[in-house]
Amino acid sequence: MAKSPTHHIPWGALGPWLALLGACIFFATQSDRFLTGGNLSLILQQVMVVGVIAIGQTLIILTAGIDLSCGMVMALGSIVMSKFATELGLPVPLAILCGIGVTTLFGLLNGLLVTRIKLPPFIVTLGTLNIAFAITQLYSSSQTITDLPGGLTGLGTTFTIGSAEVAWGSVLMVALYVLAWFVLRETASGRHIYAVGNNAEATRLVGIPTQRVLLAVYVAAGVFYGIASLLSVARTGVGDPNAGQTENLDAITAVVLGGTSLFGGRGIVLGSLIGVLIVGVFRNGLTLMGVSSIYQVLVTGVLVILAVAADQLSRKGAR
Amino acid sequence: MFISPRFVPALAVLALAASTASTALAADPPVIGLVTKTETNPFFVKMKEGAQEEAKKLGAKLLSGAGKADGDNAGQITAMENMIAAGAKTILITPSDAKAIVPAIKKARDKGVQVIALDSPADPPDATDALFATNNYTAGVLIGEYAKAAMAGKTPKIVALDLLPGHPVGAQRHNGFMKGFGLAANDAKSNELSKAPEIVCMADSFGDQAKAQTVMENCLQKAPDVNLVYTINEPAAAGAYNALKRAGKEKGVMIVSVDGGCQGIKDTAAGVIAATSQQYPLKMAAMGVAAGVEFAKTGKKASGYVDTGVTLIAGKSVAGVESKDTKTGAELCWGKK
Repeated sequence: MAKSPTHHIPWGALGPWLALLGACIFFATQSDRFLTGGNLSLILQQVMVVGVIAIGQTLIILTAGIDLSCGMVMALGSIVMSKFATELGLPVPLAILCGIGVTTLFGLLNGLLVTRIKLPPFIVTLGTLNIAFAITQLYSSSQTITDLPGGLTGLGTTFTIGSAEVAWGSVLMVALYVLAWFVLRETASGRHIYAVGNNAEATRLVGIPTQRVLLAVYVAAGVFYGIASLLSVARTGVGDPNAGQTENLDAITAVVLGGTSLFGGRGIVLGSLIGVLIVGVFRNGLTLMGVSSIYQVLVTGVLVILAVAADQLSRKGAR
Repeated sequence: MFISPRFVPALAVLALAASTASTALAADPPVIGLVTKTETNPFFVKMKEGAQEEAKKLGAKLLSGAGKADGDNAGQITAMENMIAAGAKTILITPSDAKAIVPAIKKARDKGVQVIALDSPADPPDATDALFATNNYTAGVLIGEYAKAAMAGKTPKIVALDLLPGHPVGAQRHNGFMKGFGLAANDAKSNELSKAPEIVCMADSFGDQAKAQTVMENCLQKAPDVNLVYTINEPAAAGAYNALKRAGKEKGVMIVSVDGGCQGIKDTAAGVIAATSQQYPLKMAAMGVAAGVEFAKTGKKASGYVDTGVTLIAGKSVAGVESKDTKTGAELCWGKK
């Protein structure tokens, strides 16, 4: 484990970049509006919510787990923030902390069920997905929460660099990716996450507290979902009880497209950002071309299979 | 930032080539964006077809997009932004979430984009420049009046299969139906479903056939002597009919509905549905595109609410209620004929 475990995956690492680059070149030839600063910064705004969810999802997938609850937990967080700030009249920072607190509690719940009762993550998070959805609907009476204080939506505001209008939320997303990348690559805790995903039993035998690492990963994912809640509120300008329904699978898709192995232990968190951008670029580019977004769904499906196949093949080759 | 520096020159060349190619075009046709709730619901498929046809006729370019699922507000926002990036000066939208879409509409309008709601309003309605839609309350009133006359004095035991909680279209049709039937009902502005003792079971069908069948089966457990079913749309009516048939009760129960899709009209002709209020998505779309072209040419925006009309189509006409037959309905229906 002296070397970073990310060094042996030429396919998983290169494929996503090539796909993104290929898509960008293709769309640039199809629309002269594609490669403008305004448009590229728009794509960054559009992916910020899924992007931050995908960080949490990456951490969990690196441990060979999966989190189906991520989108719904994010929606619950955004409803809690919006309602606490409007109806309870809490100061905005406190309301935000409460929202992140709720998503973190869900992360803790997922983590405890996985580590203490040893339930499979797929089942645990399938359960909490439904629980989070139901609480969101009940607590909001299925009603959208409007007229939010400016502080809650501040991350949706933009600043200009040339023709680009960059949202503060996009900046935060990139910063969080850099942070996650640093922790995973340069710290002992990061190495432990890879180790648990590679071989939990061997990791336990060398004295690393695998269960504690796992629990910490689920809690950290909950924190990321909470930040995504805030970004969702900032982006749409409302507390939306129906948010998160597509983000759930979008986040998993992005992680897989980014070359992180569903079998655990291999991948780079920055790849997930590439995965998120691939989906965002296709949706944007096809709209600029005037093509139905159903093609985006088609392309995403093909890319996901290619990504997993590349992972599987490189794994065989490594043996 | 996500492009490797090595490739930037290549991309720049491509971008340059693309931009010089398009400046060769003399006058760009006006670009109009249509954002529907989903790309797969036949109602919206038809609406898109209507918009495309009208755009072709008027020499405009139509971009279309949608949320991934009903209720996908973020998806609708993304589609809208991408269309504006593509140069659309008019956006036609059927809001999935009437309230949640409002901040995004405001952003678009602040950029000088004309936004017109089709089919269902934003909340508040004046968040958009204009609304081209069926009067859903009237649609409900028409089938309510029909049911009242057709019941001929029988004591009503009504099952209401509604849309989903808090949705204005669901509330307007439901309350209109009750008003038409002569029951106490909230007015057209209310988003609350009115209740009455005559309604023995009320449930959300989400406008989906399979879900409607399930909730109708459950309603039959609660109220086996039901004799009238109000449904939010024709797929829900078909689901309700399946449930009744399985219980052997399809003969004694009348179903009324709203939409006027071609399958629904067929069901009306076959006696599955007694009467339905027909709406006109093609017309909404065509009017929206025309308003977009008008805005591009003259800078004049559409405004206010334009009723795109609703017609009562009945299998059998009843005395005192004006209706058209299913043949007329089939000529004007939307969906697969």
